[in-house]
Parts: sequence; C-alpha cells; structure tokens
Amino acid sequence: MVTVYEKKAVDERKIGLSRRELLKRGGAGALLIISGSAVISPEHAWGLETSALKPETMATLIQVARDIYPHDQVPDKYYAIAVKGHDETAAKDPAHKELIEKGIAELDKRAGKGGYRGLGWEEQRVALLTGIEKTPFFQAVRGGLVVSLYNQKEVWPIFGYEGESYSKGGYIARGFNDIEWL
Amino acid sequence: MAASFDLNNDGVVVIIGSGAGGGTLGNELAQKGIDVVILEAGARHEYEDFINDEWDSFAQLAWKDKRTTSGDWRVAKDFPNLPAWIVKSVGGSTTHWAGASLRFQEHEFKAATTYGKVKGANLLDWPVTLAEMEPYYAKAEAKMGVTGTNNWPRLPGNNNFKVLKAGADKLGYKECHTGNMAINSVERDDRNSCQQTGFCFQGCKWGAKWSTLYTEIPKGEATGHLEVRPNSMAIKINHDASGKVTGVVYADKDGKLQEQKARIVAVAGNSIESPRLLLNSESSKFPHGLANSSGQVGKNYMRHTTGSVYAIFDKPVHMYRGTTMAGIIRDEARHDPSRGFVGGYEMETLSLGLPFMAAFLNPGSWGRSFTTALDHYDHMAGLWIVGEDMPREENRITLHKDEKDEHGMPIADVHFDDHPNDEAMRNHAYSQGQALYAAVGATRTFPTPPYPSTHNLGTNRMSEKPEDGVVNKHGQSHDIKNLFVSDGSQFTSGAAENPTLTIVTLAIRQADYIAAQMSAKTI
Ligand SMILES: Cc1cc2nc3c(=O)[nH]c(=O)nc-3n(C[C@H](O)[C@H](O)[C@H](O)COP(=O)(O)OP(=O)(O)OC[C@H]3O[C@@H](n4cnc5c(N)ncnc54)[C@H](O)[C@@H]3O)c2cc1C
Ligand code: SF4
Repeated sequence: MVTVYEKKAVDERKIGLSRRELLKRGGAGALLIISGSAVISPEHAWGLETSALKPETMATLIQVARDIYPHDQVPDKYYAIAVKGHDETAAKDPAHKELIEKGIAELDKRAGKGGYRGLGWEEQRVALLTGIEKTPFFQAVRGGLVVSLYNQKEVWPIFGYEGESYSKGGYIARGFNDIEWL
Repeated sequence: MAASFDLNNDGVVVIIGSGAGGGTLGNELAQKGIDVVILEAGARHEYEDFINDEWDSFAQLAWKDKRTTSGDWRVAKDFPNLPAWIVKSVGGSTTHWAGASLRFQEHEFKAATTYGKVKGANLLDWPVTLAEMEPYYAKAEAKMGVTGTNNWPRLPGNNNFKVLKAGADKLGYKECHTGNMAINSVERDDRNSCQQTGFCFQGCKWGAKWSTLYTEIPKGEATGHLEVRPNSMAIKINHDASGKVTGVVYADKDGKLQEQKARIVAVAGNSIESPRLLLNSESSKFPHGLANSSGQVGKNYMRHTTGSVYAIFDKPVHMYRGTTMAGIIRDEARHDPSRGFVGGYEMETLSLGLPFMAAFLNPGSWGRSFTTALDHYDHMAGLWIVGEDMPREENRITLHKDEKDEHGMPIADVHFDDHPNDEAMRNHAYSQGQALYAAVGATRTFPTPPYPSTHNLGTNRMSEKPEDGVVNKHGQSHDIKNLFVSDGSQFTSGAAENPTLTIVTLAIRQADYIAAQMSAKTI
C-alpha cells in the first residue's frame, strides 16, 4: 500500500538523518529525500511510502510527472499523489513493475552521470522525454496522469476551478454573469 | 402506477432504449392507451443522484462498454475505445445533453437537391419536408419547454456568453443570443428553473433541463400503460416465418437471457447500438441483419463536423459558471458554398471543468505549451462548432469479427473518415472562432479537436425508396412493417443543428402513425 502522509506522520517516523540520501532537484530547488521505502519532502511535510517500486524510482517518477505537466504553482505532493497508483499497480502486476522500473532506468541511463534527476534544466529533461514519447512506458505514465493529476479536488482551486456547485445553490447568485471588463 | 407486463404478452410495443427517441415514443404511445415496455440497458438513477463531478458522473452515466474505432478521424487515435460520449442509463443521453434545441432549416431536409453532387458523399433528400415537420416541432418545443418559444424567456447570459456576444458584435454577426434551450427559464411542468450550476453535462440536479428520465418516463408510467425495465440489454430481435418481428431477446439484470414478446418493436438505442442490434439479429431469412435489404444498415454514420475554440484573456472569465451551452451564433449556419464547403455550422458556447479540459483540450499533448493553457483556466472562454457533415457509405458501424461483450454479442466498430467538406468547414469555423475571440482581446486561442461523438446519426436512414435507406418517412422499416427505428439513426442527413429536438419531433410524429396503423390493424 502506498500512503501519502502529512507532517505529523513524517515526524513520527523519526527518520535517521544519517540514512537520508539527499537528492537534488531541478527547477525550484526543493528536495526530495529517500528514506527506507519512502520519498519524503521535509520542507513541505509529506511523505510517500512505496511498496513495489524502488523509492528512488518513485522520486524520479514524480519529477517526470512534473516535467510532463509542469505547473509551477502546484506543489510536488500532488504529483506524488498522481503517480502513486503506479506503485499500487506494480504491487499487483509484475509486468507493470518492470515497465516502470525499466522505463526510469532507461531515462537515468540516457541522462548519463547523475541520472534524470541530476539534469538541472527542465529543457534537458524534456528532451529526454521527447525521445521516449512513443514508448509504452511514457504512454502509460502520461495517459494515467492526465486524470490522476487534474482530477484531484485539492488542485482545482490552484487553477481557479470551483468544482461542485449544487450544494451552494449554483451560481445564480454567485457570479455566473459577473464579468466586468468587456 | 407504472405497469408491469408479462414476458409472453404479445400485444405490447417493445421499445429499445429510453433516451430522446425511445423515452418520448414510450410516453406518447402510453398517453394514447397503448401498452409499452421499454428495455433499457442502463440503470435508473434519479436526478437527485446525479454527481457534480465530471469523471464520477461519467462513471455513473456514460456508455463505457468497449467499442473499437477505425478510419482517419482523430478520435480513433486519441480515444480508440471511446468513439462516442453517450449514455447508458434510463433517460439515455438526455441526462448528459446540454439542451440546445434548434429546428432544422428547410433546405437541410433537401440536402442532395440543395448541395448537388458532392464527390464521396452519399447525400439524399429526406422523405419529409420542414412544412410537414413544423406542427410536430411545435409540439416538441412545448413538451420540452424550449426557451425563446411559446413566450418562454431565454435564459440569462453567463460570463462565457457575454464574451461570445462581444466577439459576435465585433465580427458583425447578427444572430447571437442565449439560444433555444430545453431548460426551464421559469418554473414549469412541476420542475425548477435553471440555477446556473454549470453541470448540465453531468445531469441536471435541479431537473431544470428536460430529460426523458423525469418528464416523459414518469408521465408515461402514470398512465399505467408504460413499463421501463432497466438493466435490460437487448441482444436480438426475433421474427416469424412471415418475416414479422415477434419479440426481443435481452439480458436481464442478472445476465440471464429473457424474451419479451411484442406486437411492434421500435429500436432507439442511439446510432451505434441500433444498427448493431439490427445486424446482430441476422437469421437465415435475413442473412444481412434485419431491415437491411438495402444494405444501408450501419452505413452513413454521421457525427457532425465539430471542434472547439478556447481562448485565454488577460482578465478572468469563469466560463464554467452557469449553463454549459449558454449561447449561440447562427450566422454561419446558412448554406453558402462561397465559403468553400456546402452546408453550414453553428457556434455555441461550451465549457468543460478542469478535469475534462485537461483530457480534451489537446489529447495526448504535454509540456508547457499545454500546461500554460490550463494555468489560465479561469481566464478561458470557449465555443463549440457543430456543423453538417457528409454521409458516406464507408463511415459505418460494423460488428467486430472477434471481440464480444459479456453477453456474447459482437462489439461495435465505428469507422469514420473525415470528408474534405468536413475539413474545409472545420477550418473555416476555427478561423472564425479564433478571430472572434481575438477581437475581444484574447491573448491566445486553441483550435481544439473533436471530442468523442456526442451526436451520432444516420446509421438506419430514412428514404423515399427502399433501396436507398432503411426506414420510410415514419421510421417504419421498409422491409418489416412492425419494426420501427425511433432515434437519431433515422436521420437522412445531419443538418447543422443539434439533433435532439428533431429526434423528439420524429418520435411524436411516429407515435401518431403507429397508433393509426394499430387501429387500422395494418400492424
Ligand atoms: C455531453 C452531451 C451533450 C449534448 N448536448 C446536446 C444538445 O445541446 N442538443 C442536442 O440536440 N443534443 C445534444 N446531445 C446529443 C443528444 O443527447 C442525443 O442526440 C440524443 O439523446 C440521442 O437520442 P437517442 O434516442 O438517439 O439516444 P440516447 O438518448 O442516447 O438513448 C439511447 C438509449 O438506449 C439505450 N440502449 C442502447 N442499446 C441498447 C440495447 N441494446 N438494449 C437496451 N437499451 C439500449 C442506451 O443505454 C440509452 O439509454 C448531447 C450529447 C452529449 C453526450
Ligand atoms: S446550469 Fe441550469 S440546466 Fe445546467 S445543470 Fe445547472 S440548473 Fe441544470
């Protein structure tokens, strides 16, 4: 089972700093930390425990997800939630596990020393992704992501989408025709 | 009280499908005292059960059984197993629909005559004229509460409409308003008026939008002459030695096969399932399927020339607030070959929520070009193009050679190639739509490809002559007197307008015809 847990849970796990492997990320320069079977974001207080995929693979997958659908205003946590299904599927289906592990390994190989996450610029990583765009690995990751990322209710406000409206009486008195700049 | 009929009752009219065509026909017949059983493949969800959430609603209502696709249309690449976005639920696609209710134009009933010979198109005139349809159009509009008819006010315009209207004015378009919508603008028919919730495609939780689910069906049931049997998937129509149809074999809620006897059978499963059922009902007497002496069953599949244009502005729009299809421009709906194509198209506002926008804006694309569009979701406005597409014999529904569904019925393959006329029209509409939004200050516009088909038409078409089509001007099959087609698959050509008002109109007209033939004992 993959769980994404909030700060309290992260603290309770009392992760030994010494065992942490620091992983540099491109872009915003935030850090994802791998500990045992978990990917942890200490700054943003969440963690993701993997059961079938290697946590390093998961950390890279989170970066791949962001590079596929980059939204600078969306925190990593939502990308992590969006890809955690691959770990769940991998736990049940060895073929899927192999697809993801091999796909990430291939990306790391193409990236050279330092691996995929070691590439500092988004453009460099995107160039690698473009090279594998037609592969079943990429298709599986992108295809699932378009639902699993954008269907999280928590990200909707970031985009200004208000979601369910029936319980609030619709928009008849809440701005359905409030445009003023025309 | 809703009726309950015995499987062996061979006096009933059996209708397959409870959507726009089937649900309306069922009620109309029941009102005349005729006993009807509607077999509906989907479950019954009442409108309180609808969900204001795009994917959850899709899971609740949509037809998700596997279909395959072929042809050069982009849907086959983007959504190979989802050629159509339609419904499997009591009420059919009238649960999902937006409510735009437009009459066809006179010349659209005479497509072959008006457009002349179009290479690669299988055009034919309808065996009915607008004049014959008009009294029935009026009945349909009254039944459905269409705004802008019968003195019902049009709906108020939402933000998305206001942007459209401002652009229409800038381009000099004359006919732009909030549409003729089968949505209550005032309380009527014991139903609410529109509360501008913005989830018309997910089923209207207020019941303000017309759907057979909570209008025709309960009204028919109240007569004691209508039974709707949900979770009942028709698989085969049986006939006797004389060639008359005698009953319908269906899989019940437990997957068990049953046969409902019938005096008359009316097929209204929408334009993919209706021909699938007729083709699957082949027998030694009818080796190519029922009602198929012309060979036209499943052919001439039309889906309207569609596409969308979304635009981003430097200030907020919030297009998702309020009615999904909140307004229309009709100026391009005329037939004017000087534009480089025959037939015309409508432009109608459209909005998708964030989850569907991500899935449909440019399927398969990724990276910043795509994501920066979504970053401005709340600054977006959008319109949908709906225009006449060309019927083509090779655009067709066939039974899959190998793959079968859970009941052992071959699944449907949907083949579609865009006709050059479709492409010319779509490109014209894209540039008009983009110019319209640019005129209001859009900083970026998106010519968005067609979604899986919401309008599915033409696969059992009406024709004057039996050799040209499947049914006559009343939807009665040319080959079998007591077999009718009652949905959009009857359409001889597609016209520029959204189809449902015409489907309902044909169903009301067909009910009169069936009742008259029954009393005359000809069927
Ligand atoms: C999102 C969306 C928006 C739309 N907006 C508009 C609009 O604004 N204006 C407009 O005019 N049209 C609109 N449409 C199209 C409109 O919904 C359809 O044209 C109309 O509902 C078709 O009517 P029908 O009777 O042919 O089929 P449907 O309404 O689809 O009904 C067919 C029914 O038959 C059932 N069925 C199929 N096969 C079987 C079987 N073998 N056994 C038993 N039951 C079966 C199905 O489950 C379904 O319930 C929209 C459609 C969608 C999806
Ligand atoms: S906007 Fe109006 S018609 Fe559409 S779902 Fe809401 S109340 Fe119903």
